[in-house]
Amino acid sequence: MPEISRDEVAHLADLARIDLSDAELDHLAPQLTVILESVASIRGVAGDDVPPTSHPLPLTNVFREDVVVPSLTAEEALSGAPAAEDQRFMVPRILGDEQ
Amino acid sequence: MNNILRKSAAELADLLAAGETTSVALTQACLDRIRAVDGGADGGGIHAFLHVDAEGALAQAQASDERRAKGELLSALDGVPIAVKDVLATTGLPTTCGSKILEGWIPPYDATVVTRLKEAGLPILGKTNMDEFAMGSSTEHSAYGPTRNPWDLDRIPGGSGGGSAAAVAAFEAPLALGTDTGGSIRQPGAVTGTVGVKPTYGGVSRYGLVAMANSLDQVGPVTRTVLDSALLHELVGGHDPKDSTSIAEPMPALVEAARQGATGDMTGVRVGVIKELGGEGWQPGVMARFRESLDLLVQAGAEVVEVSCPSFVHALATYYLIMPCEASSNLARFDAMRYGIRVQPEGVAAPSAEEVMRATRDAGFGDEVKRRIIIGTYALSSGYYDAYYGQAQKVRTLIKRDFDAAFEQVDVLVSPTSPTTAFKLGEKLDEPLKMYLNDLATIPANLAGVPGISLPAGLAEEDGLPVGFQVLAPAMGDDRLYRVGAALEALLAKAWGGPLLEKAPEIPVVEPVETTNGVTA
Repeated sequence: MPEISRDEVAHLADLARIDLSDAELDHLAPQLTVILESVASIRGVAGDDVPPTSHPLPLTNVFREDVVVPSLTAEEALSGAPAAEDQRFMVPRILGDEQ
Repeated sequence: MNNILRKSAAELADLLAAGETTSVALTQACLDRIRAVDGGADGGGIHAFLHVDAEGALAQAQASDERRAKGELLSALDGVPIAVKDVLATTGLPTTCGSKILEGWIPPYDATVVTRLKEAGLPILGKTNMDEFAMGSSTEHSAYGPTRNPWDLDRIPGGSGGGSAAAVAAFEAPLALGTDTGGSIRQPGAVTGTVGVKPTYGGVSRYGLVAMANSLDQVGPVTRTVLDSALLHELVGGHDPKDSTSIAEPMPALVEAARQGATGDMTGVRVGVIKELGGEGWQPGVMARFRESLDLLVQAGAEVVEVSCPSFVHALATYYLIMPCEASSNLARFDAMRYGIRVQPEGVAAPSAEEVMRATRDAGFGDEVKRRIIIGTYALSSGYYDAYYGQAQKVRTLIKRDFDAAFEQVDVLVSPTSPTTAFKLGEKLDEPLKMYLNDLATIPANLAGVPGISLPAGLAEEDGLPVGFQVLAPAMGDDRLYRVGAALEALLAKAWGGPLLEKAPEIPVVEPVETTNGVTA
């Protein structure tokens, strides 16, 4: 039976880049365990010979001609930015102290 | 209430053509209705709308009337107002997806379906409320407060598209657009007594639809009649070069199918009742209305048989694995860098981009979104991928095969749309699994990519609340939905002496509330 520990939830929150508070971690872990237990019911249902379906339509390589078409202007693209400067998205430092 | 609000979109198009009303008058009537009953999140009103664009809608209506005067109509629905679910990008109007993380975000581009509405001349009244990022079955997970069911203000309108369904059910708009990933158009349709359609996957463009689960999401019509859905579906559907998952082949003739179906003749139509969707555990009133509808179809000449789709018992689990996996990936883009809010972590001087990302996502996402992102991250992580996501994809194949086999025997499959009628606000909030069960009947269609419609089947006697009847068709068989749906609708209207929404209670007028999003002019 899959059980998801508080530590595991904290690790997953790390991977998902969400800063969960202690209260949230306490709250979420049992809820997630319940959900995971129920979805685990699909294990073993499909035999090894069944191929996976990732997409309902049998599409392959939907291409278009490599022709330049108008896109968003820089102003439009930056219009929702929390911060912008010099026609660029302004973001906090990316490299940490250790780097 | 102004009687013109009760008319269907098709009837309104006729009235406009006959010069008996104008788009401006009509749009103003909708805006007045919204002001009267919608209220704000705390206003006790319906709260179907997150943003109302009175000025813009009236300007668009004015332009429509001017076109009409010159005989230069853009479409059959030119001048008929519409509401749009807040998950679709609209230039100049906020698009929040019901989330704080996109509070106030104004897209720099229109979704293709929105462009098509504009090119057809439909005034856009505003954006409707939804569960955050389309995750939910009750609209209670909206970060901006729930929407109330027009049939009973203490009850949910369904989800995730509760806003669109409630707007149409409350006569605030004759038409709305919704999106359906696991039932988010059909289930609200069922619990509000309205019509909702999920097109064949790929049938309607997803360009500009904020993605939740890209292999499951579809945009579709939310209306009061089957014909209206056909009209709107034809208007927004069809191939879009900007959506590489949109189908190149032309859609079958949907409006024609709806008109044909309206004669009520079901001779030769083979209908399959899905054994696994219904029966014990389903609300008695829901099953009673469902069976009565089947009887009507039989009387009209249909051949009804029972069909078994054994893998459907695994559909819920499959969906609640695949969808969070895709969503966890799709929601990674909300990172406080390019759009949306940016929240600084507390007590950190000169935070890094990552720290800002983490703080923003914690502050900006609600509980249900966090739950699903974490589940998705878990199921996709190494060591678990094959056991969960990989397995779910295989079961998805089995579900698709069950549909294929079933459609060899019958033309359409049917079931009740939802196991219960509208439950009370707050009733299922504490137990996510209980909430997920609302999607039992609607999920299989999304997994297989087949189209489905929900239309009103009557009221459950135990609570007097609407029940929905679901019809499913093979991929690209959307016309069958409209033929059978229109037939059943006609047969039921005859039995009831009129449309079901006539029986909806009066909605009390509320004080309009100003919100930060500028609701109500």
